[in-house]
Amino acid sequence: MTKPKAIVLRTAGTNCDYETKAALELAGAAAERVHINRLINRDIALSDYQILAIPGGFSYGDDIASGKILANELKYRLGDMVREFDAAGKPVIGICNGFQVLVKMGLLPGDKYYKLNTTLTFNDSGFFECRWVYLKKSNTKGSRLWLEGLPDVFPLPVAHGEGKFITMDKTVLDAIEGNKQVIVRYSDTACETAAYPLNPNGSANNIAGICNAKGNVFGLMPHPERFVYRWQHPDHRSGFSDDDGFGPGLKIFKNAVHSVK
Amino acid sequence: MRALDFLKKARPVSIAGLPDKELVKLSRENVLSLSLEEMKAVQEYFKKKGRNPTDVELETVAQTWSEHCKHKTLTGIVEYQYKDENGKWKTRTFNNLLKETVFRVTMELDKKWCISVFSDNAGIIEFDEKFGVAFKVETHNHPSALEPYGGAATGIGGVIRDVLGVGLGAKPIANTDVFCFGVPDIAWDSLPAGVLHPRRIAKGVVAGVRDYGNRMGIPTVNGAVYFDEGYISNPLVYCGTLGIIPKDKCAKKVSPGDLVLVVGGRTGRDGIHGATFSSIQLEQDTDVSAVQIGNPIVEKKVMDTVLKARDLNLYSAITDCGAGGLSSAVGELGEECGVRVHLERVPLKYAGLKPWEIWVSEAQERMVLSVPPAKRNEIEKIFASENVEAVFIGEFTGDNKLTVMHGDEVVADLDMKFLHKGVPRPTRRAIWNPVQNPKAKIEQKQVNASSYGDSLKKLLSSYNIASKEWIVRQYDHEVQGQTVIKPMHGPSFTAQGPGDAAVIWPYTVTGGENSGSHASRKAGASAWRGVVLSCGLNPEYGKIDPYWMAASAIDEALRNAVCVGGSVERMAILDNFCWGNPNRPEQLGGLVRASLACYDMAKVFQTPFISGKDSLHNEYALGDKVLSIPPALLISAVGIVEDIRKTVTMDIKENGNLIYILGATAKEMGGSHYNKISKITGGSVPKVDPAASRARMIALSAAMEAGLVRSCHDCSEGGISVAIAEMCFAGDKGVTCDIAAIPADGALTDSELLFSESNGRFIIEVQPSKKSEFEKLFKGLPISAAGNVTEAKMLVFRNAGGHKVINEKIGELRDAWNGRKSKHD
Repeated sequence: MTKPKAIVLRTAGTNCDYETKAALELAGAAAERVHINRLINRDIALSDYQILAIPGGFSYGDDIASGKILANELKYRLGDMVREFDAAGKPVIGICNGFQVLVKMGLLPGDKYYKLNTTLTFNDSGFFECRWVYLKKSNTKGSRLWLEGLPDVFPLPVAHGEGKFITMDKTVLDAIEGNKQVIVRYSDTACETAAYPLNPNGSANNIAGICNAKGNVFGLMPHPERFVYRWQHPDHRSGFSDDDGFGPGLKIFKNAVHSVK
Repeated sequence: MRALDFLKKARPVSIAGLPDKELVKLSRENVLSLSLEEMKAVQEYFKKKGRNPTDVELETVAQTWSEHCKHKTLTGIVEYQYKDENGKWKTRTFNNLLKETVFRVTMELDKKWCISVFSDNAGIIEFDEKFGVAFKVETHNHPSALEPYGGAATGIGGVIRDVLGVGLGAKPIANTDVFCFGVPDIAWDSLPAGVLHPRRIAKGVVAGVRDYGNRMGIPTVNGAVYFDEGYISNPLVYCGTLGIIPKDKCAKKVSPGDLVLVVGGRTGRDGIHGATFSSIQLEQDTDVSAVQIGNPIVEKKVMDTVLKARDLNLYSAITDCGAGGLSSAVGELGEECGVRVHLERVPLKYAGLKPWEIWVSEAQERMVLSVPPAKRNEIEKIFASENVEAVFIGEFTGDNKLTVMHGDEVVADLDMKFLHKGVPRPTRRAIWNPVQNPKAKIEQKQVNASSYGDSLKKLLSSYNIASKEWIVRQYDHEVQGQTVIKPMHGPSFTAQGPGDAAVIWPYTVTGGENSGSHASRKAGASAWRGVVLSCGLNPEYGKIDPYWMAASAIDEALRNAVCVGGSVERMAILDNFCWGNPNRPEQLGGLVRASLACYDMAKVFQTPFISGKDSLHNEYALGDKVLSIPPALLISAVGIVEDIRKTVTMDIKENGNLIYILGATAKEMGGSHYNKISKITGGSVPKVDPAASRARMIALSAAMEAGLVRSCHDCSEGGISVAIAEMCFAGDKGVTCDIAAIPADGALTDSELLFSESNGRFIIEVQPSKKSEFEKLFKGLPISAAGNVTEAKMLVFRNAGGHKVINEKIGELRDAWNGRKSKHD
């Protein structure tokens, strides 16, 4: 059986590419770190891959705004390739800076191609913050693709300065909610509150990650690739890992791999 | 452009026949930081050549011979006068202080797992059969005093390049940062003129490290912050980087015919005279243009592409462009064979730089590589493919000369031998006359139930002990996904406690192609191997005796690493001295004493030094007055953790467990934080018995290896009471402890047992069912089960009379540590 091919897209300032690649491989994909110039120069074709991951980092230093320059590059230089990839229903995951890119190129929330009506902006705290949070998953089409087999609440780390998800207006927020596109929210373990620092950035409706209406494109601020092994959790004995020593982050990558097999 | 032509010229500097006074003036006015003796050596060299030097040549010599690059003091001749135990004056002469202390112990220990020591940009120890671990710690004090954000950012940027430039390049996997700042609540009007407020410095430094480190994608996992009035005008900023490197890439070799390639950032006028300016006193009007300007994304691109080129074997040597800029980097690479470079080929940020400025600029994010001509096209393609500027500027020659061209003009022509070996070695005087130590009197107050509870809270909220979470959270300590022991410990994500050391599990690098395969991970012998890193620093002890300050720093760094699962038998250390002006004999005397402690301790602990750096001249001139920093020796430890699954955190885990105290407490309140908050000076500073301490560490590691330890915490700042309090609020558990059961040296008062900072002590949590198995490992060592984890969330210390001398709610202790007003009543 051949392994699905996953492309871990990187550029200047990408910095979570190694661990994202490792997580995808652990999940059963054949993953490759690819510099965007190789796609721009048409050295390789995006269509040769089954999974696209845009990892975390500070693409182009997050100059202008986080993820903005890479978003524009994808939109204006590789727009057709990406559209084709999405149209084929192939899974796309954007993590942290990758989520910022997906939002800022308008692939998310994705009601119309490349329409910008949401953004990820500065944390309410005013600082970059690195901490662990709990995520509550919702039971929708998108979550079935990406979050199948995960407990209702599971922990992952966040590390960002611009992670506050907001929409252009209330209509957009209502539409995203109405379409059941919010598949992970910040929470406590009892699902009672998500006051700071549980919601680390002040996101509207405690939104931590959304998918498009089809469910194949998923962006989230927390880092699933940083909790694929039990020993990456602050408490090595925490009950969120399985008996083989794997953390819940791995499930997300496994689900992506499973969906293209 | 014709009008600018004069800029392209090197200017001859008349030095022939200048009298001494004029030589000194020339050195000072051009920020050369060369002594009269050194200026005379230069004069003599050019007299033989029968000409005057150019400005390029003079600058080259100044950079190469700078304290920053050459470490003239530590490697120099020192005549050391000291009073022995009987109060008699004695003299000892060191021909090379470093070689006879720090370096000597490494040679004598001769550990076969040391791959590269003191010879390259970083030290390297063995990780497993395929990889080594590189570690380097640098200081960036002067720049951070003038421009905190930029100074700290380029400090971290510089040390990352050191690690990228060790051997043929290591991949950075962790950063560490240690700061010493002035006290944050100092009144504005009591600041010396020209000095930034400590709060501004602290915020700027933290932001600088954050923005550079986070963008580089290197987790900042360890550090310390120390506040003292002595650092108001000279803050200290230590930046360290840990890297991982294939064993077959640990050595570099330049061959004649290889090409000189400059990679990365463009050269501008920033950072001119950084190397030499670090050897002068700061003053109100010190020139800020000596501080470099950083751009982390440029460096990130350089790192990505250099590692790619390394794995394709496209170059024969690499070094970073740090202090002294191209003059140092190119000069060092060409030391053994000679080199010729063309300055007009160096890419510039803007036009108008004079040749000497191009040559010594410390513009950031540049690496210099030596490339065999056959690889020329291939390596150019690698850098071009990721938009990294890389330009060939010359070639290594074999004529043992440094030749610098600018267009057709030869602007420098120096013999490598003179440049690298020609610096005169003056004799410096050092004196150690112990402070007449007035025995600190601590009146033993009549114990009443609340008095030590208040002291404990005061300690927990004091600047040096209080939570540093506001800093820790701004650093991405999780990027790369390899941080298995993090800076903050405890099961709650919102209320954690301070960890002792960090552990990195470099599986994405060392796992190679199989990094994702769990099966291969289970099978591989070193699949679970990790790296521990920690630090030790205690300037307060140095005010009493630098010898015991150094010894304590070593003991503390090792203890911290052992607490999380490191083994003292596989550990190496780094020294970073920050001192005042070494030309003052009493300053140098303290430095000698600290160096002697380094030798004595490392020898018995059997922990070799693998790298180090010194930053001297940390002084500020205020009119006729000179403010010197309290001397600080930072010890950083790096070790191999055999199995990261057996690492231990400091949060208390379960009710009913036993709390052991390992190591004896002595009457050693001198320099303690209890004394500091009580405004008591002097007294007996904590000593170190390295043999006893090592035995305890080895026993503790065996207990961890056997899975008998549930939590473990280093006992240092604030003593036993603070250590146990931190464990309690990290795990949200209570502890009751009998003071009388604490292992002690002699008869101690309650306050001494609670707050003394004696070295070599650990607090350990053990399940009652493991009691006998655990105690068997500590036969003959000072240890006792002095406490129990309790249902009630209270920290209780009972004295011999049964009085509760501390009886505090865990929530209130946590609030004190967090600097929050308690809401628990």
